Amino acid sequence: MLEKITFAGFGGQGVLLMGQLLAYAAMIEDAQVSWLPSYGPEMRGGTANCSVTISDKPVASPIIDHPNSVVAMNRPSLDKFEDKLAAGGRLLINSSIIDRKALRQDVQVYYVPCNEIALELGEARVSNIVMLGAFLQISQCVSTASLIESLAHKLGKKKAHLIPINEQALARGAAAVR
Amino acid sequence: MSRQLMKGCEAISEAAIRGGCRYFFGYPITPQNDIPEYMSARLPEVGGVFVQAESEVAASNMVYGAAGAGARVMTSSSSPGISLKQEGISTIAAAELPCVIVNVMRGGPGVGGIQASQGDYFQSTKGGGHGDYRLICFGPDSVQEAIDIMYEAFDIADRYRTPVLMLADGLIGQMMEPVTMPEFKSAAEISKYDKPWAATGWYEGCGKPRAVINSLYIEDDELEALHERLQSRYRQIEKNEVRYERYLCDDAEIILVAYGTISRVCRAAIDELRERGWKVGLLRPISLWPFPSQAVYQAVAAPSVKKVLTVEISAGQMVEDVRLAVNGVKPVEFLGWPGSRIATVEEISAKIAQMREG
Repeated sequence: MLEKITFAGFGGQGVLLMGQLLAYAAMIEDAQVSWLPSYGPEMRGGTANCSVTISDKPVASPIIDHPNSVVAMNRPSLDKFEDKLAAGGRLLINSSIIDRKALRQDVQVYYVPCNEIALELGEARVSNIVMLGAFLQISQCVSTASLIESLAHKLGKKKAHLIPINEQALARGAAAVR
Repeated sequence: MSRQLMKGCEAISEAAIRGGCRYFFGYPITPQNDIPEYMSARLPEVGGVFVQAESEVAASNMVYGAAGAGARVMTSSSSPGISLKQEGISTIAAAELPCVIVNVMRGGPGVGGIQASQGDYFQSTKGGGHGDYRLICFGPDSVQEAIDIMYEAFDIADRYRTPVLMLADGLIGQMMEPVTMPEFKSAAEISKYDKPWAATGWYEGCGKPRAVINSLYIEDDELEALHERLQSRYRQIEKNEVRYERYLCDDAEIILVAYGTISRVCRAAIDELRERGWKVGLLRPISLWPFPSQAVYQAVAAPSVKKVLTVEISAGQMVEDVRLAVNGVKPVEFLGWPGSRIATVEEISAKIAQMREG
């Protein structure tokens, strides 16, 4: 197994967190992983992205030139990473705020209205988790149970009450691409 | 022991504490800020001291003070900040004091950029400050290796009474990988090196000579004696502390030499090329000073080897040490750019393809 995923969006959309949750879940499942963030003059409202590699062998390069999956949470991310996606790869598009369709014909494209689904759940901040739910459903690269364990680890005891809403978000995201 | 997912900078910090570090003096700069941030919260929990100094120069002189008192102490910074610290570092080397310095490299020169770079190889391995001194310098390629080096660095510094420099780059500092954190070193392990030279207090009749920590040797013969001590230690270090890794070198026709993050891109390229049946290997220096010259020579002198390629995130710095080590027995080529442009797997593969033809 070798999964190379780029998560990208606005700073504040939780794209770095999406990658961390996935990387942690894969680690629980004894995979080899690396998580590499973009860092720079990024700020809330600016762009951010991270690269996650999941492998059954030690990760050679943590730098991803051609991801197997691109998760675009906003338009600039789609514009930046669509071309980099490997042929036959998966392109997940947050159709709530991305106002164009994919241009590539040689990849699998999934449109997920993350923000609307999150709002239906009554919590705008889980739009990233909705997308993560969709990604897991498509890729099957970690189990939902591992991802929930990862969430519980990240949220800690003080925020444990947020686990159910995140579980719902994962389920709704999965349902959106089923 | 279970694995944790840790960011390089945080892992470096925790490993330092478990290796006995109790004092940290620093000043903020990207991309190493997670180190002082972590230390500021963590050191007080273990009875240690964190100070954000008023400047890098001040921080390095605080390290000088704590090291002079025999403490396990460190500082960290990123490239421009390390330049500012050189006054203190040269002083620490001259006063024969152990400490650990972390440089999470970014692009230079000057204030430069904030993305990862390997532009500080010359500064780190050839003496960043003035005077005829050396730093022991390690360049890790993963978060786990950064931990392992950091955990041992204070012992190495104590053993040779010399500063140890951990030369990471922005990617190692910022990335997260699963790691296994070692146990805390015991008080006995931390204090296993006697430090009779340390300035820990003196009074009439206390039964020991005054400890004087100083970097001024105004009499010629005193300065000469210092250099004799330093050089004799450097020879010991060259004998004992060389570290490197060989990857698929045994049958290789082309050997890559690379350290730090870029060595992993090389490894990815090698894995792809091996699938095509191309015999390519990697010699990865882990200690940058002492440089694994003999290991490089032995690897490239093998009859199967036709050419050598050094890849760096710089305009070509370590390649000079590689050429010295290879000593003309095989051609040495270089791939890299100054600043923060990182060679891709494709670029490395294309370069190797060109070398095979040429």
